Amino acid sequence: MLSFTKTKVLFIYLILVSAIFFASLNFKNNNLINKKVNLGLDLQGGSYILLEIDTQPLLNQKLQTKVIPIKKLLNKNEINFKDFIISPDNISLTIDREKQNKFKNLFFKKQDNLVNNFISEYNKFELDLVFTQDKAFIQFSNFGIVNLNNAALKQSIEIIRRRIDEVGTKEPTILQRGDKRILVELPGIDNPARVKELLGKTAQLTFRLVSTDDGFGSEKLFLTENNEELAVSKRIVVSGDNLIDAQPQFDNQSNQPLVRFTLDRQGAQKFGKITTENVGRRLAIVLDNFVISAPNIREPITAGTGTISGGFSFQEATDLALLLRSGALPAPINIVEERTVGPDLGKDSIDAGIFSLLVGFILVIIFMFIKYRIFGLVSNISLIANLFMMVGILTILEATLTLPGIAGIILTVGMAVDSNVLIYERIKEELKTEKSIIHAFDTGYNKAKITVIDANVTTLIAAFILFIFGSGPIKGFAITLGVGIITTLFSAYFIARHLTSFIILKDKEGKYFKL
Amino acid sequence: MNNKINFSTYFKTANILSLIAVLVSILFLFLKGLNYGVDFKGGTLLEIRIENKNIQIQDIRSALNIQELGDVNVKQFGKEGDFLIKFEKNANENKKFISELKNIISQKIGSDVNFRRVESVGPKVSSELLKQGLTAIALALSAMLFYIWIRFEWQFSLGAIIALVHDIIITLGIFSIFSFEVNLSIVAAVLTIVGYSMNDTVVIFDRIRENLLKYSKIKTNEIADISVNETLSRTIITSLTTLLALFSIFILGGEILKGFSFAMILGVIIGTYSSIFVASPVLNYFKVTQKTLLKDDDI
Repeated sequence: MLSFTKTKVLFIYLILVSAIFFASLNFKNNNLINKKVNLGLDLQGGSYILLEIDTQPLLNQKLQTKVIPIKKLLNKNEINFKDFIISPDNISLTIDREKQNKFKNLFFKKQDNLVNNFISEYNKFELDLVFTQDKAFIQFSNFGIVNLNNAALKQSIEIIRRRIDEVGTKEPTILQRGDKRILVELPGIDNPARVKELLGKTAQLTFRLVSTDDGFGSEKLFLTENNEELAVSKRIVVSGDNLIDAQPQFDNQSNQPLVRFTLDRQGAQKFGKITTENVGRRLAIVLDNFVISAPNIREPITAGTGTISGGFSFQEATDLALLLRSGALPAPINIVEERTVGPDLGKDSIDAGIFSLLVGFILVIIFMFIKYRIFGLVSNISLIANLFMMVGILTILEATLTLPGIAGIILTVGMAVDSNVLIYERIKEELKTEKSIIHAFDTGYNKAKITVIDANVTTLIAAFILFIFGSGPIKGFAITLGVGIITTLFSAYFIARHLTSFIILKDKEGKYFKL
Repeated sequence: MNNKINFSTYFKTANILSLIAVLVSILFLFLKGLNYGVDFKGGTLLEIRIENKNIQIQDIRSALNIQELGDVNVKQFGKEGDFLIKFEKNANENKKFISELKNIISQKIGSDVNFRRVESVGPKVSSELLKQGLTAIALALSAMLFYIWIRFEWQFSLGAIIALVHDIIITLGIFSIFSFEVNLSIVAAVLTIVGYSMNDTVVIFDRIRENLLKYSKIKTNEIADISVNETLSRTIITSLTTLLALFSIFILGGEILKGFSFAMILGVIIGTYSSIFVASPVLNYFKVTQKTLLKDDDI
């Protein structure tokens, strides 16, 4: 066990040197290999935001759009119906029993079906149809809900990415989490409150005429300025979908900030037509069910551009323009978890973490030296090598170092000596019965091996489970703990063992050795 | 083996003490419960730094006397002027809430306030996090059980698990008695304790197995005694170096790591105790002898 072939020795130190090389990448810029240990949000400061989309309103809205196609289908095929009721999550109607089968066949037709989309991905229809006696109930099938949900989530991620890119934060992370959630990580962000507001807004913009009466086809909405209620037509003239650009500007006369928007060709045509026909009436500009403003139409607007004013500050105008440019979210989004760390706290955490790491490290080194003398020194050298290899591997993996991650490194320092202690204590025992020092070391290493592996595997299991279940900072802890165990085994069984064998083979009389 | 300690004579007393400690812990866990942080309870946590160091904790409490916050908890956190605020309200319901709150506090106390950390967790996420944490611990325990079962006999595996459960329950019991906050990092600490305590137990079990095969005439309890003594210096040294590292985090690592390192320190101490006084006697209770090992090898 104590003999090492030349190639083995070369291999061991080659690994060590390359680990030290990778570890050193963190301290200087290398243009060839651009690898570094990333700092977690808790260390460099930043925001972790978990968003959840609420697809219910979208489902209700989509079901509404089915009403006209369903009625058309029924009329075209001369199926008589009555009691057509639209509730939020289903549509119910009464159909004669003898016509029910005919309706069912039409409803579940795979080709040219304008009512019920066939989702080829799942081989299922988007809507379900259930008969109870002469009543028919139509609602989204589970597959339809999943399909709609996935599409909405994908689109939301895209729009959120656009919004964040426009704000210009460095290296944002935007990921899908589960089937309803989006994880946004923004390192080193200055103004988390502003970003939170930008993320959470649906930004559904519509232009609608102000109704002259409160009757059917209009709804009451609040004005943002003064909380007054205003009756606004439900019919949408032009929506944010038709927008191709929006920019913040100052009004020439009043010097008030406002947003200038540009519509696409189709939007410009519709806008022109409506403004021509309704000169003198008021046009409400509605954002997420609040009326921003409702100016009078003084003259037809046919150029496809216009302005929105609503007593904004310049920041508000900038943000509104940004939201309009990047598009509306398909469904409302809620923040379900937020963790923000300021940059100064992050700095303090790093300082305290590194300081306690150094102190812990030095204490362990002193202890080991006092206890095992020259072999303590060996163990200490392997501990330092261990630390370098850990940092090196973390660099190769481009892992994220978090505050608990630093704690993981310190813990590894404390536990890493365990392998050496196990081995040395074993050797001590062997020395009681064994005369030959070399032999004692050999059997000591051999017999301790099983124990060392068993003991480390258990910690590795814990680290692995933490890695799978943990989030953010905890994952960082699991990574350092896991990597630490592997480097510990390497340094105990290769580096420390090689150094030990070197000493023993040189010192045949056993001068140095007092374990 | 000059300084041999007769551990086995203390096994009974130790086991009774452990049993009492576990029962008391369970009682506290059921009656008093744990002091969950925002991770598991939902709500908002703020770490603030106030420029004016004369501001006292009462000033902040009265500044936060706002109905909608729900139950508010303020405490000094590290240096002077640094405070930790927790309240029930989930700040994410209103996107402007945090900036409004910042204005309210700085106005009422008349000093600039720096929000150094904001953590806000909704009720749905917090219950998921709790479930995830418990699943992770349960999974870790079963993985350990399985590993020991493969490497040793089932009696060993049971002994190790009893020791582990003992460690976890007492650690959590102490957290309950002193109302220390339990958050995500405590779950990480508990899992690391599981790994550490297991590590310790395995070292002793390894030796017991070795000695059982070596001496056929000696009673199990005595074998346990010999094995614990043989590995004792290793047990103490490793615990010491680990504790050295942990105490340096606890004292110097900053406020955020305090709870985590405290749980780990408890775990290391209890874990070391349990591998000697809980895991080893269990082998005797299950009547593990040389035959148990040999019988299994034949299969």
